[in-house]
Amino acid sequence: MDGWPEGALQTGMGSSPPVPVPAYRTLMLPDLQATARLAAALARVARKGDCITLTGDLGAGKTAFARFFIHAARGRHDDVASPTFNLVLVYAYPAITIWHFDLYRLRTPEETFELGVEDALAEGIALIEWPDRLGPYLPDDRLDITLETMSEDSRAVTLQAGPSWRDRLGHLDLA
Amino acid sequence: MPQPPVVLGIETSCDETAAAVVDGARRIRANVVLSQLEDHRPYGGVVPEIAARAHVLHLDGLIERAMAEAGIGFDDLSAIAATAGPGLIGGVMVGLTTGKALAAACGKPLIAVNHLEAHALTARLTDDVAFPYLLLLVSGGHCQLLSVEGVGRYRRLGTTIDDAIGEAFDKTAKLLGFDYPGGPAVEKAARSGNAKRFAFPRPLITRDDCNFSFAGLKTAVLHAVRELERQGSVTAQDRQDIAASFQAAAGDVIVDRTRRAMAHMPASGGLVRLVVAGGVAANTYLRERLTKLCAEQGGVFTAPPIPLCTDNAAMIAWAGVERLQLGLIDTLDAPARARWPLDPAATAA
Repeated sequence: MDGWPEGALQTGMGSSPPVPVPAYRTLMLPDLQATARLAAALARVARKGDCITLTGDLGAGKTAFARFFIHAARGRHDDVASPTFNLVLVYAYPAITIWHFDLYRLRTPEETFELGVEDALAEGIALIEWPDRLGPYLPDDRLDITLETMSEDSRAVTLQAGPSWRDRLGHLDLA
Repeated sequence: MPQPPVVLGIETSCDETAAAVVDGARRIRANVVLSQLEDHRPYGGVVPEIAARAHVLHLDGLIERAMAEAGIGFDDLSAIAATAGPGLIGGVMVGLTTGKALAAACGKPLIAVNHLEAHALTARLTDDVAFPYLLLLVSGGHCQLLSVEGVGRYRRLGTTIDDAIGEAFDKTAKLLGFDYPGGPAVEKAARSGNAKRFAFPRPLITRDDCNFSFAGLKTAVLHAVRELERQGSVTAQDRQDIAASFQAAAGDVIVDRTRRAMAHMPASGGLVRLVVAGGVAANTYLRERLTKLCAEQGGVFTAPPIPLCTDNAAMIAWAGVERLQLGLIDTLDAPARARWPLDPAATAA
């Protein structure tokens, strides 16, 4: 993909030494608990303005991943329903607001105009299922998460990090 | 004798653009839904009216049409009711702003209606059901059990912890290669299928609460389809069997959760009244299961006609009538709300 170098990349600012950070990595998640741990680890380093996309077939666990992320960000298990029908559900928490989008039902990128993706990025974190529907309006700097079903419980997850995510992923223990 | 109030209702909170006129004598004087109009048939239920500009484009014409069908002028209205949420904020704002403008221009009261409350009160329009009753709200976006205790008085007994049931039907249809919206296609295929062929899970069925879960059922359908694909091809009979097995599992979950909720309801005159609403209430298999449940439990089952179960503006107008009669009028700065749970104790709509 244009502007998305694979493999090692030099990052680091100011006095901290540059750390080689992969922009792209694949992990095996043997069960739902492993998925929950990864989602929680990402929630800990997520911040205002983040765009996180979730890609995968029906049943790959995109909404489950978003639920674990939102639970971890909140620190408690609020209801996190599927946003497929409503297109977006908003979780306004004291620490952060999370907008959970599901663009599955949309046909054209222009249909996303009124959903508030820009508002989400201005005031919180956007978790976006079926991000391909955004077409050219998808922000450049983002974390792409792709889930692939290996067996009933296990998933292969690929993380592809935009500029602002590379540092953060490099410092996470994702093994 | 004073004339019953007459209310114009406006609905734009999700896919449908709709306008209706209903009066206090429970007469639906007009009920116009864009996707059900003959001249919009090419779009009927296929392309969702998601964009606010689609609502903008059609709403004025629909209101004119509803007023003409009702044979009244704006001066004859007692109030104007518009959906103020929950829903897609752009769409809600179009309908609510139109309602406010009409209210201001005609000098009539505005009533900002909760879309879920309108579903909850529909059985009072169609069947004059007395409070309290148990509402099973089943649609593409909602799956809830509510104790309806009065206008504005709701207690949530259970809700889905993941997918709504309508979404499970739509996604099963997608996996089976049926067209959107998939609910009716799954129901039709299920009629010729063997419901015992696939042992799909009944999520949460043993749990003590009244919550629903359908994500695991959807995933089980996915694995069944993938397994058949690995073995060769998925035949028409396979699809029918999967549809029947899925629908039976979904029905078992709905019946089990509803039975539990019925036990939490105060019985009026020894009978618990169960009311169903929402688009999935159009499913005749589920209606039969719920009718049977009520017969077993000594309850009374009420299902409004299907066009009043799916999204419509007659229910908004009726909620307006009910609120107007209690003096529950809103100011012109009433906000549009994306999230607006009926039960303030609930954490999600």
